[in-house]
Amino acid sequence: MASYNLKINGKAVSVTVDEDTPLLWVLRDELNLVGTKFGCGIAQCGACTVHLDDTAVRSCSIPIASLDGANITTIEGLAKDKLHPVQEAWKELDVPQCGYCQVGQIMTATSFLKQNPNPNNKEIRNAMNGNLCRCASYNRIEKAVALAAKKMS
Amino acid sequence: MGNQNKLTFSRRNFLRTSALASGGLLIGFNFLTSCSETATPPVDISKLNFKDFNAFIKIAENGYVTIFSPNPEIGQGVKTSMPMIIAEELDVPWKHVSVEQGVLDTNNFTRQVAGGSQSIRFGWDALRQTGATAKQMLINAAAIKWNVEPASCSASQGIIKNANGDELGYGNVVNEAAHLEVPENVTLKESKDYKIIGKDALNVDVEKIITGESLFGLDYKVDGMLYASVLRPPAFGQILESYDSSEAKALPGVVDVITIGEQARNYLNQDSFDPSAHWSVQLSKTDKVVVIGKTTWDVIKGKKALKAIWKDDSLIESTEMHNDELVKILDGKNLDTRREDGNIKKAFAEADKVLERTYESPFLPHNCMEPMNFFADVTNERVHLVGPIQTPEAAAKVVASLLNRNLEDIHVNMTRMGGGFGRRLYGDFVYEVAEISNKIKKPVKLISTREDDMSLGVYRPAISYRIAASIKDKKVTGYHLKEAAINSNMYGLIPHFFPAGAIKNYKVESGNYQSNITTGAWRAPYTNFLAFAEQSFFDELADLLETNPVQLRLDLLKNVKDGEDPNIQYSAKRMTDAIKLAVEKSNWGNTKEGIHQGFSAYYSHNTHVAEVVDITLQNGLPVVEKVTVAVDCGIVVNPTGAKNQIEGGVIDGIGHAMYGDFTFKNGKPQDVNFNTYRLIRMKETPVVNTYFVENDLSPTGLGEPGLPPAGGALANAIKAATGQIMTKQPFVKYLIKHKTGLKV
Ligand code: FES
Ligand code: FES
Repeated sequence: MASYNLKINGKAVSVTVDEDTPLLWVLRDELNLVGTKFGCGIAQCGACTVHLDDTAVRSCSIPIASLDGANITTIEGLAKDKLHPVQEAWKELDVPQCGYCQVGQIMTATSFLKQNPNPNNKEIRNAMNGNLCRCASYNRIEKAVALAAKKMS
Repeated sequence: MGNQNKLTFSRRNFLRTSALASGGLLIGFNFLTSCSETATPPVDISKLNFKDFNAFIKIAENGYVTIFSPNPEIGQGVKTSMPMIIAEELDVPWKHVSVEQGVLDTNNFTRQVAGGSQSIRFGWDALRQTGATAKQMLINAAAIKWNVEPASCSASQGIIKNANGDELGYGNVVNEAAHLEVPENVTLKESKDYKIIGKDALNVDVEKIITGESLFGLDYKVDGMLYASVLRPPAFGQILESYDSSEAKALPGVVDVITIGEQARNYLNQDSFDPSAHWSVQLSKTDKVVVIGKTTWDVIKGKKALKAIWKDDSLIESTEMHNDELVKILDGKNLDTRREDGNIKKAFAEADKVLERTYESPFLPHNCMEPMNFFADVTNERVHLVGPIQTPEAAAKVVASLLNRNLEDIHVNMTRMGGGFGRRLYGDFVYEVAEISNKIKKPVKLISTREDDMSLGVYRPAISYRIAASIKDKKVTGYHLKEAAINSNMYGLIPHFFPAGAIKNYKVESGNYQSNITTGAWRAPYTNFLAFAEQSFFDELADLLETNPVQLRLDLLKNVKDGEDPNIQYSAKRMTDAIKLAVEKSNWGNTKEGIHQGFSAYYSHNTHVAEVVDITLQNGLPVVEKVTVAVDCGIVVNPTGAKNQIEGGVIDGIGHAMYGDFTFKNGKPQDVNFNTYRLIRMKETPVVNTYFVENDLSPTGLGEPGLPPAGGALANAIKAATGQIMTKQPFVKYLIKHKTGLKV
């Protein structure tokens, strides 16, 4: 066990956990930020996606020991006073089915749109390919990313 | 699943009202069965009793309406669409309605089962009657206040009016209404007057979902809760011989290592245990080793540190062996006849031509995005269970027997479910966590990794179909379908689905091989593969008959008289309409160069669906570009939700037909996570365009019926593009092997 200092959603936090603990479980079990989901644990499904600085990363596969001092944003920190435009788009198009994968999808989409504010369909499909949705709400996810891009431009 | 019972209730027996202590009117109702004579809704809202009523409506003094619905939400949208139906007849603005998941603090639920796409179909009449009855009571109360005849009053959008132009809001009369008799003869709206039904309504939980609120079983926590991870036999057919937990116990986060299994064994060994009456109960006979720890990561690590020795207890099976057994069944004579018309022997003997094909499908895991998990807190006073389960009633009963407790002690609370697809009909993980908490007497959450989830499955079983048709004078004269399946066969009215009734000489037979691999319902059980087999077969049949596949279906449907055979519940008329709509919207037969189309039409879960798949070929492999879907599900309650279900079902069907593969070697599943098990991803998904046949008929289910036709339509498109006939799922295996043989 060791102590680590991180910035999560703009707040300084300190956690004492085993050094190999993946960020995902630190978020969920230690910090009670349960918006970030567990789907596979091996960086294959994207349910656990969070931002490290502005980059989308798979929190299930990053041990806490490599994150001392890191700046992390989770879904809980995405909406400031009101919903983020990506969330707005998700709501407007009524994307979720079971909803379990959607937080990861939204985190991937927000980071992608920061890098590429004006994507075409092919780029959207490429960017979102790493996030599984078992309910197959893919059509709406694709449309929501495009709508969010429009909202933010 | 598939309970086809007709609804029978009189209004008096399914609805009761009471005045709330806090003010307002509470209506308890039961949308499937009648309430007992003595049942009354509580006056205290915190004491909702879902034993006598399975849903409640509260109308508060400010006119706002809260609907407490305990029906589990697995992503099929009933938590939105069912309240819409009530609100429509009650006639309140949708924005004044909120929906709360009812707390299931009871043990005698009536159909709190999300499965078989039946929630809406069963609820339709009762939900409308309830809304309309409540509205009439409010009108009656206002009429008394005004001292006028109720018939001279009307209500709309939460406001009651009389002939003098006076107005009262619902909230102004709720307290009076609560003391009135429940009226018997209320009229329901005509569909042309609907204001809420038929309009898009957002998923009621959408905002919570996209902001990451705690909703799912995995998110549920209480103070002092421990975590548990269960080590089960690595292969089906094995049981625990011995284990060494010293390394695991030495880990600082591991609290204890225990075994469970004894209680499950006792239960299974009871003389009274009848597996057929317990279809949703999956229990194994082995002991299992459980690591208890402080956090999820602690138990994941703890389990890895366990050393266990397993021994073979029953046959160790493999996919090759299953395939051999299924072929033996198809070749053999020991099949059960499930439907028989005319004389197929004669038809085949007199045929000009005979077409015969065998279709094979693999096992499939459900792979709900949220892996199986459940919470239990067993104390001397009570057993508290919380989590995602589609069958809380069965779970409560089994846990009561397992732990030797009174049913009254068992309390089940349902969370939102990160997918169901049939998997959460089976409560194995509930029984396990109950046994664990009973042993340690602490609140504990059982968690599964993806590897656990994929290897402790209640899989869709491998199934093979052999279909033969006889042709004489360019007509189909006989049809013979045989099903060979692992563990169990098609249920309910499936043997009477199309083309039953359309071909004079017709026979469906089935047989099974009993395996120790656990199997069960998987989104659109049986039809998820049967539809593929039959719909591919029809395409080839059309070629032999030198007609086009759409025309063949339409011609066959002409032979069917709706309503003539009570077992035949599909409607030739409705199917024909759906087919015509799909043909029109897809531009069937008139597409651009390079686009190849496949057609399929299928009835399941009381809904008629026709689909056209458009593909192109890239490097010899199919790229699914577009799927046009025509659906007759009666009145479409919530179009956005309905389309979402169809889009999901179709892509799911395409994905599993293309990629879904799950094999066993030495009793072990060969894929246990998404690095090797392939699910469809965004780049592989087509655009799905959904169209509804417009009519006034009662709504039917949508969670499942979009899926079955998809695989067949895709196979037929591949056939159109390449001439290759897909008889085995997943297609990708075959296509890659034979890629060079394709014309591009
Ligand atoms: S849980 Fe991290 S990618 Fe699946
Ligand atoms: S909405 Fe269910 S997994 Fe994506």
